[in-house]
Amino acid sequence: MRRRNGNPARTAWLVLAGLVVVMLAIAGCGGGSDDTTGGGGSGDEALQKVGNGEGQLNLISWAGYVEDEWTKPFEQKTGCKVSDKEAGTSDEMVELMKTGQYDGVSASGNATARMVAAGTVAPVNTDLVPNYKTVFSDLKDQSYNTFDGVNYGIPHGRGANLLMWNKDEVKPAPDSWDVVFDPKVASKYKGKLSIYDESSYIADAALYLMSHQPDLGIENPYELNQEQFDAAIDLLKEQQPNVGEYWSEAAKQISAFAGGDVTVGTTWQYQYFALKEEGAPVAASPASQGFLPKEGATGWSDTWMIAKDAKHPNCMYEWMDWIVSPKANAQVAEYFGEAPAQELACKETANKNFCSEYHAEDPKFWERVYYWETPLADCGNGEENCMDYNDWVKAWTSIKG
Amino acid sequence: MASEAVVQRRSVGHRLADLFHGRRRLQVGALLAGPIGWLVIGYLGSLALLLVAAFWSVDPLSGLTIKSFTLENFESLFNEPVYRDIVWRTVRTALLVTITDAVIAFPIAFYMAKLASRRGKALLVIGILLPLWSSYLVKVYAWRTLLSANGAINWALDPIGLSGPGYGTTAVWLVMSYLWLPYMILPIYAGLERIPNSLLSASEDLGASPFTTFRRVILPLSFPAVVAGSIFTFSLTLGDYITPRLVSNDQFIGNVIFSNIANNQPFAAALALVPIVVMIAYLLVARKLGAFEHV
Repeated sequence: MRRRNGNPARTAWLVLAGLVVVMLAIAGCGGGSDDTTGGGGSGDEALQKVGNGEGQLNLISWAGYVEDEWTKPFEQKTGCKVSDKEAGTSDEMVELMKTGQYDGVSASGNATARMVAAGTVAPVNTDLVPNYKTVFSDLKDQSYNTFDGVNYGIPHGRGANLLMWNKDEVKPAPDSWDVVFDPKVASKYKGKLSIYDESSYIADAALYLMSHQPDLGIENPYELNQEQFDAAIDLLKEQQPNVGEYWSEAAKQISAFAGGDVTVGTTWQYQYFALKEEGAPVAASPASQGFLPKEGATGWSDTWMIAKDAKHPNCMYEWMDWIVSPKANAQVAEYFGEAPAQELACKETANKNFCSEYHAEDPKFWERVYYWETPLADCGNGEENCMDYNDWVKAWTSIKG
Repeated sequence: MASEAVVQRRSVGHRLADLFHGRRRLQVGALLAGPIGWLVIGYLGSLALLLVAAFWSVDPLSGLTIKSFTLENFESLFNEPVYRDIVWRTVRTALLVTITDAVIAFPIAFYMAKLASRRGKALLVIGILLPLWSSYLVKVYAWRTLLSANGAINWALDPIGLSGPGYGTTAVWLVMSYLWLPYMILPIYAGLERIPNSLLSASEDLGASPFTTFRRVILPLSFPAVVAGSIFTFSLTLGDYITPRLVSNDQFIGNVIFSNIANNQPFAAALALVPIVVMIAYLLVARKLGAFEHV
C-alpha cells in the first residue's frame, strides 16, 4: 500500500525544500534592488525644461491640500489626471515616498531632510516654476527646503500650532504655554490637557524653555544637545500626569474637546474651526486673533517636493506651479486655514481680510514661529552632538511610559 | 488554422496528462504547491525577514536600513525600563482580558449548549455574531463616545452618584473584553455541545452534586475549549494598538512598533518579536493543558 502510493511525508518535504529554494531566490533578487547606499541626492540634476504633461500625476498630501475646487481646473488645463493619497503624519509621508510610486509630496519641515537623505526626492529647478518668483521671500531658501544651497521644493503655505482652550473651564484666558507646562498652573487642569502625540512635540517643550530657562542656551528648539534635550524631556515627564489625552488624529482631539474630556492643549487650525462650527465653547490664540502665546509657537511650513524617480516629472512641475499660482494658493489656504505662500494670493481670497488675519504678509509674526524641522545630529553650529530623530522618537516613548 | 490550434491545444493537454500519469509524487506536489507556497513564502518568509531585520540597524537621518549585524536593538529593548513596562502592561492586559472573557463566556456558552431551546440557541448565536458584522473601528469609537466625560455611561451613573472609569487602563480592559468576547464564547459553546447529556445524567445518578458534576465532568471535558478560546482573546489583545490609542494614553507593544515603523524598522522588527515569543510560550503552555487534543 505504502510503496504503491509513495511516501507522502517524503513528498511533502521535497515540495517544501523546492519552495524554500524559490523563496530564497526571490529574496535574493529583492534584496539586491533595495540598496542602502541611495542617500544624498545632491548629485542629481534638476529638470532643465518642462515638456508636455504625461497625463497622470500621483501625489501624497496632507488632507485638504488636493481638493476638486482647484484640482479639476488643473486637470483641464494640463491634461494631468491627479490621483492623490492623503497621509496622516510626516512619518507616513517619508514611508510612502520610499515606495517610489509617487511623483510628489507636500512635505512638512520635519520630513524634508529625511527624504533628501533617503534620496527619494530630487532638486527643483525653480526657474521652471514661474509663480515661484512671487512666493514670500521669508519662505525661500530655508533650512527645511534647501540643502547645501540646492532648492528641493516649492513652498506651499504655513501656520502655527495653536493653544486652544475651553472658554467655560479655563479662566482667565491664557496668554502663555504656562497653562500646559508650568506644573503649578497645569495642575489646575490635571487630567484635562490635550497634547500632540508625536516626538516633534518635544520641540514645544524646548521652545518653552527658551524663554523660561534662558541659561540652557537653546537657540533652535529642533537642535538640542544632551543637556537641553534632557531638560525638555524632564519638563514633559512632569507634564505627563496632567495629560488627559495625547492626540494624533484630528478627529480624536475634536471628540475629546466636544465631550469635555480635555479643556486645554495644543492644536491645529483645522480642529479649532471644526469645534467652533460644532458650537463648542473653544477659544484659541490663533493667527486669526493676532497673537501667539507669549513664548511663540512651533508651526509648520510645507513644501511640494518632486520624487527622484518621478514617472510624471512634467506634470509634477505643472502642479508645483499651479498650487502656488495666486488663485489656487488662495483657495487651498482658505480651505485648509493656513497662510498662503504666494504673495499675490492675498488679492484672490474670498475673505478679503484673510491674509491679515493669518499674518501672511507679516514677517515679524513668523519670526516667532519655529517651523517643524527634522532633528539632526548636526547642530547647525559645526557641532555634531545634537540629538537625532531616533533619539526623539525613543524619548517620546519613554515620556508616555 | 483553427483545427491546427485545437490539435495543438489537445496535444498540450495530452502531454500534461502523460506527464502526471502514474507520477504520484508530482501529482501531490502540483496540488500542494499553491497553499504551501503561500504558507512558506508569504507567511513564514515574511516572519523570517522580520527576524533578520531585527539584527540590522538604521541610518538615523534617512531611515534607510544598514544591513550589517548588530545587537543594539535588543540591547535597548532589554536595558531601557520603559520597554519592560510596556511589555508587561500588554501581557498583563491580555491575561486580564482572557480571564474576564472566560468567566463571562462560560455561563453564556453553557446556557446555549445545554439549556436553551432551539430557538433561544439560534437567537443567542445571532446575538453573539452580530457585533462581528460591524467594523472593529466603529465599535472602538462607539466605546470612546460611551466612556467620554459627557458620555452615556457617566450620564447613566450620575443619578446614583457614581462616575464611569473614563479613559485609561480600565477602559482598555473593558473595551477589549467586549471586543473579543465572541471569540471566547464560540469555542466554549462548541466544546460543551460535544459533551453528551447522558454524562451529566450519569454523574447525577451516581450521586454527584451539581458542583461535583461541574468540577469533575464538565470542566475537564470543556477545558481544552476554554484554552482554545483563550488563544484568540490573548493573541488579539497582545496585537491590538488602536484600542489603547483611542481610549487611553497607555502604550502597548503595538503602539511602540507603530511609532518606530517609519524611521526605525529594525527596532520595530525587534519589538515585533516580543509578542511572537510571548505567543509561542503561551501556545506551549496551552498544548500542555491539552488544548490541541480532541480537536
